[in-house]
Amino acid sequence: MLRYTLKRLASLLISLAIASLVIFAVIEVAPGDPAAFMLGLNAQEDTLAALRAELGLDQSKLQRYLAWVSGMVQGDFGTSYQYRTPVSEMIADRLWVSLPLALYALALSTLIAFPAGIYAASRRGKTGDVAVMSATQLGVAIPNFWFAMMLVLVFAINLRWFGAGGFAGWDKGFWAALKSLTLPAIALALPQAAILARVMRSALLDVLGEDFMRTARAKGLSRAQALRRHGLRNALIPVLTILGLQFSFLLAGGIIIEQVFYLPGLGRLIFQSISARDLIVVESVTMLLVFAVIVVNFTVDLAYAIVDPRLRQRQ
Amino acid sequence: MSRALALGGCLTVLVACAALMSFIWTPFDHAALNIPAKLQTPNGTHWFGTDHFGRDIFSMIMVGARTSIAVAFVAVGIGVTLGVPLGLWAAARQGGWVDEVIMRGNDLIFAFPSLVIAILITAVFGAGAVNAIIAIGIFNVPVFARVTRGGALPIWAREFILAARVAGKGATRISIEHVLPNIANLLIVQATIQFSLGILAEAALSYVGLGAQPPTPSWGRMLADAQTLVSIAPHMALVPGCAIILTVLGLNLLGDGLRDRLDPKLQAART
Amino acid sequence: MSLLSIQSLSLNISGAPILDDVSLDLEAGEIVAITGESGSGKSMTAFSIMQLLPDEAELCGAVHVSGQDVTQLPEATLCTLRGNAISMVFQEPMTALNPVQTIGAQVAETVHLHRPDLNAKTESVRALTRVGLPPDQVSHNKYPHQLSGGQRQRVVIAIAIACGPALLIADEPTTALDVTTQAQILDLLRQLVRENGMGLLMITHDLAVVAEMADRIIVMNRGQVVEAGQTAPLLAAPQHPYTRALLTASSHNVTLPETGTNGPLLQVNGVVRDYVLPRTKLFQTPGHFRAVDHVSFDIARGERVGLVGESGCGKSTLTRAILGLEPIQGGQITLGGQPVIGGLNIRQRMQVVFQDPYGSFNPRHRVARLITEPFHLSDTPQSERDARVGETLTAVGLSPEDAGKYPHQFSGGQRQRLAIARALITRPELVIFDEAVSALDVSVRAQILDLIADLCAQYHLTYLFISHDLNVVRTVTDRVLVMQSGRIVEAGQTAQVLSSPQHPYTQKLLDAAPVLPPPQGEIDAQRPLV
Repeated sequence: MLRYTLKRLASLLISLAIASLVIFAVIEVAPGDPAAFMLGLNAQEDTLAALRAELGLDQSKLQRYLAWVSGMVQGDFGTSYQYRTPVSEMIADRLWVSLPLALYALALSTLIAFPAGIYAASRRGKTGDVAVMSATQLGVAIPNFWFAMMLVLVFAINLRWFGAGGFAGWDKGFWAALKSLTLPAIALALPQAAILARVMRSALLDVLGEDFMRTARAKGLSRAQALRRHGLRNALIPVLTILGLQFSFLLAGGIIIEQVFYLPGLGRLIFQSISARDLIVVESVTMLLVFAVIVVNFTVDLAYAIVDPRLRQRQ
Repeated sequence: MSRALALGGCLTVLVACAALMSFIWTPFDHAALNIPAKLQTPNGTHWFGTDHFGRDIFSMIMVGARTSIAVAFVAVGIGVTLGVPLGLWAAARQGGWVDEVIMRGNDLIFAFPSLVIAILITAVFGAGAVNAIIAIGIFNVPVFARVTRGGALPIWAREFILAARVAGKGATRISIEHVLPNIANLLIVQATIQFSLGILAEAALSYVGLGAQPPTPSWGRMLADAQTLVSIAPHMALVPGCAIILTVLGLNLLGDGLRDRLDPKLQAART
Repeated sequence: MSLLSIQSLSLNISGAPILDDVSLDLEAGEIVAITGESGSGKSMTAFSIMQLLPDEAELCGAVHVSGQDVTQLPEATLCTLRGNAISMVFQEPMTALNPVQTIGAQVAETVHLHRPDLNAKTESVRALTRVGLPPDQVSHNKYPHQLSGGQRQRVVIAIAIACGPALLIADEPTTALDVTTQAQILDLLRQLVRENGMGLLMITHDLAVVAEMADRIIVMNRGQVVEAGQTAPLLAAPQHPYTRALLTASSHNVTLPETGTNGPLLQVNGVVRDYVLPRTKLFQTPGHFRAVDHVSFDIARGERVGLVGESGCGKSTLTRAILGLEPIQGGQITLGGQPVIGGLNIRQRMQVVFQDPYGSFNPRHRVARLITEPFHLSDTPQSERDARVGETLTAVGLSPEDAGKYPHQFSGGQRQRLAIARALITRPELVIFDEAVSALDVSVRAQILDLIADLCAQYHLTYLFISHDLNVVRTVTDRVLVMQSGRIVEAGQTAQVLSSPQHPYTQKLLDAAPVLPPPQGEIDAQRPLV
């Protein structure tokens, strides 16, 4: 188990290193000089040079890369070109919107998908299964941002149960904040829940065809008991993979959904920074998102080993 | 033929026909502004109504289908042309360093939240259909590589591969002659799925303004335009939304239907 | 009252008839074997007793277990019977256990389910100890993947007997196991029947196993019982033609034509094949597993050599090394003086027939293309190839018109004929039969063995016949090599080695292999005419 963990950890570090290089490289080749952008068209050459030195733009690429990485390791994400404030502070504020949103959506998606998938698998081929599968077929096809607009139309504009957008802020109390995240979380979660339910169902059906499920039935377990005691844990392995990938979708999907609901999250920060060509912010936010996804994948790998004893020994 | 296959096929053909038709005929010029006729709900003249500039939504949907299909198609093409050979190569060298490098590379691409990177690419290199295609296409490569390798590995374990090796055939020849035809079904099904995901991704990118630029119409941008007007002109949001849903639904049903139809296990059961 | 009594049982699955008017009885303490070839419905009879049939199944007739008709019982009552009064052991021990649960927990679950009054853990230890897995030898906290096939089958049996069932059904319990393991599992089952007084219904295709185990035999064919009776009289004087055919096929012997041997063809000299083991510690030098350990032997032209051994003994690795598909770490292999590795022109002089008649053909190619694949590196002109296709198909008992068909249009036995056609089309000097008849039903196997004998006469074949089945090797080879743990432990004339084995391992193999007593008629026929 220790060996397995160390191996996964090594691969996590390599992934992070390569990811940071790629992001740095993409930002490097971006056209335009941030200093010129900040000072406007009429800037003097010497003021430009001074600003470049201040921003560290006059150093070699390697030096700047190393400075960027070592800064991030210490929690220093650099200074925003646009606002001249530490990027880490800007990110921290936004993270309090984006992260709860993603987790909220993940929880909703799991809560809907697991029972739906298990139900459909246990009713295979019957009306209940067909109904759940048709619903998920539709759910997979709906773009989440359009679904978000429809939610706003129905629940905010027509029924007035929720606000049409904006974020109450955690200082207004937990429930108020949660309420303003509810419609966005539903918009994010339902299409993902549809995917997850389908995966859950097919993983369970695969397991149901295994020999050991027959052994379980021959022991005297009922269909439902066999499914619960022997099927679920084995079906969990493919489901975990999808769950890990979904986190990445939820973070990214959140960026779009934040646009629909005018939520002050990382997504809006990225778009504002792109239009202001505040590339250091774009760079850092992207890296942070990639970091989150890589860490989630690492956790999923560890979860595999807990679920499946065969993985603990092998390698 | 199963109902899924029939329904999926019909929807897909319908959208494809609308896109092709738009080259020779649309009810109105999709770009022609007609402010007096703005925000009409669906009626006899404008079947799907008009937008805030009085443009005919039906015509825009037809032309927008072109954009969606073109972007998704090329993105799938990128995935297939790069991903399938990589997957075949990895499977042929199973357990070797080539396999390891290819699969770790795949994992790495999977680690990037795709939409974030698409946003990064379009942000840095400028918004536009071509960059959207590249951004979506890159993420299709590991998908096809993984599916290809996953499908090819059990084939490599079959005895007919051993027979081919005894006959003196090399890995490349075996991959093309014996492996590829046996995983073609798998790839066709995956291609329809990626195609539908491509349409969704294109819509999302255009919605945030990073996809095809005006005057090229696109379903995602029609939705972005509709957003502020959703309370007074809901049809502006409903129509493009339904167009996306029906297209994606059609492709998914087609993929499911094809998978059931092409699955050799199910085929054996039928005969 | 019989322990088990099946009356006029008929079964349809999705409209297809599976069982037709099957009746049988079983008393406590009795071992009854149901035998027959694939598709005879023997396994479905077992699942009917367990009432574990697919949803589409339509059943009529009655299955009385201890007086209760299980076909009439509600599912909840059936659950209290399964694993408790009626238990079942399955064919494939590798997949019959839940991979993510310890073996102790899987046995304990049965006890917990049916006997909540007992301590599940103690009972589980007791059951595992009874099947020969005491906790001091095999930890009950192990997972199935950490055990061998035989050990896993013992766990499956422990699950089945933990609650002391009155009726045990064993569906091909030893088919997936090696012959020495098979002997141990059969002993165990016999012992359990004797000690517990349970009834054992055994389902197996192997008549030799039946002959050793069963008190009574039920022979099934195409869903019907064709013959039933006490074991010894039934085997001695079978009444039904199908039973007779089955018996003849099971102990089928072929007469190989005498062909003079003439100089060495294949020379295997001190061959070593090591696999690098994965490191268990970070900076350790990787360990090796020696799959083939200094193996040397020759095959002369015209000689038919057998290679026997149990799974994992290295015979598959050796085969692949001879075919030049596997690098070797020591020694050399030459065919007609040329090394087999690196020389591509050597490929045509050596061909192979594999075990699996379903996996050995690309399903998307036609027969003509499939069987001419060995011509890949040769410059044989197309006209010659086409001529050979017809000729070879005829030689293996198919017709030249079959060249345009796809492999799925053939039965298992016909596909094995195709595989032989593919191996013979280039007129190779050496053919390797790698478990080539192991996956076939006995009657088909007999036909393929006849074909091999015919082809020996027609083409003067030299072959290496790899098999785990001593009875088959006995009849189709001149000389035999016995392999254990990567080494050849005994070699010699087949008749001599198999009648007076010298090495203890060979003796063990021979002792473990169940034998079918020859039917009376055949003994007379085999008596030499003076």
